Amino acid sequence: MRLDLMYESFFKIVEGIPLTLQVVSISTILGIFLAVAVALMRISGSKLMSLPAYYFVYLIRGTPLLLQLYFVYYGLSQFEFIRESILWPLLKEPYWCGIITLTISTGAYSSEIIRGGILSVSKSYIEASGALGLSQAKTFVLITLPITVRQALPAYGNELILMVKASSLISIVTLMEITGIARTIISKTYAPVEIFLVAGSIYLAINFIIVIFVNLAERRLGIEKAT
Amino acid sequence: MFDVFALGPTGWGDEMLMGAVMTILVSSSSLLLGITIGIVFAACKLSNFFILRAIAEVYTTIIRGIPELLVIYLLFFGGSSAVMYLAKIFGYIGYIELNAFTIGTIAVGAISGAYSTEVIRGAVNSVPKGQFEVGKTLGLSGYSLYGKIIFPQVARIALPGIGNVWQITLKDTALISVTGLVEIMRQSRIAAGSTHEPFIFYTAAIILYLLITRLSNIFFDSAEKKYSKGYVSKEAL
Repeated sequence: MRLDLMYESFFKIVEGIPLTLQVVSISTILGIFLAVAVALMRISGSKLMSLPAYYFVYLIRGTPLLLQLYFVYYGLSQFEFIRESILWPLLKEPYWCGIITLTISTGAYSSEIIRGGILSVSKSYIEASGALGLSQAKTFVLITLPITVRQALPAYGNELILMVKASSLISIVTLMEITGIARTIISKTYAPVEIFLVAGSIYLAINFIIVIFVNLAERRLGIEKAT
Repeated sequence: MFDVFALGPTGWGDEMLMGAVMTILVSSSSLLLGITIGIVFAACKLSNFFILRAIAEVYTTIIRGIPELLVIYLLFFGGSSAVMYLAKIFGYIGYIELNAFTIGTIAVGAISGAYSTEVIRGAVNSVPKGQFEVGKTLGLSGYSLYGKIIFPQVARIALPGIGNVWQITLKDTALISVTGLVEIMRQSRIAAGSTHEPFIFYTAAIILYLLITRLSNIFFDSAEKKYSKGYVSKEAL
């Protein structure tokens, strides 16, 4: 064990934390909107809406994230019309390709969590709300959504941890976040164990903090832990 | 447009198929290693010894909290020297290099082992206690109790969970492409680079992964049906 090397590289790897957190939070927030849209499409009852949503989720869950990233970063840029489109300033940047891919991925996975949450809302609540004269939109925002959040939160906590882990892949398209910096140091110093311990501890710390926050939120919302 | 997928030396069709075979091979061997690790650590988690339980807990927490890519880098850069270090203890001094397949199998196997541990532990816990007691009352122990009475029940309950672990494992093998193992991901990258047709080749890779997923779903569904014979299904209740 080279403790001095671990100490030195700790300060270098820490510089990657902002980028990791930035990418994770931007794509998580964008991903929630996508997830709600996909979940609503799936339970809409119309085949025209639910089938595309079903195949979208199937496609994303059935293929590796790395492949999705390559597809967005290298695959799309092959076409002239994309390079001339207004999206090109975004699609030529590895940063935005990473965010787009992670957003799509978490959107697909969380849509299943949200769908489960919405389906768990008892029909009688919806009926009661209708009887009280609330509109459909108001019922959704005031009744369905809060109950869905309560139902979905424990599973969503897991999804957040998976997102932190998944964000490491953007290092492959040259972004220098935690894993990217760690990899660079490993290939320079050839001390894989030491660097792994440092970078791994940082990831564990981030995920531990997420678990604490999710637990706090669960307690606030009165979710009882399954024992 | 589809000439690029011609078989033989003129196209990439056969190379892509070989990539798919490699993906299936490395995923299967990782899953097997993972299940073996899973059985050992599930036994640790269920044991009465605090130390064993703590070791298993640390292992699953680390693997589930750290990016897969870091684990792969650790083994890719450190695997060979670790093996040489072990060999030195046993008196062998020389250069040993692990190939990409072995490193990939160990890395992805270690990852899928953590998930298998939880699946197997849950399955063992859901075998009714009475089964152990009856077995012991009948005078069975060791292999005849665990091998013939407990294991078949654990296997049946664990099967759907193992199916999920297989999906995770299959997708994780795409990360081994960074170590140079020529599976679907790596092969489509090579082909995309040499033909300048990344869109077509990454689409082909997506189709190959979805095909493997579809086929393995069919396999696990039929295996589940086969091993659930004689049990009342949940829907029937």
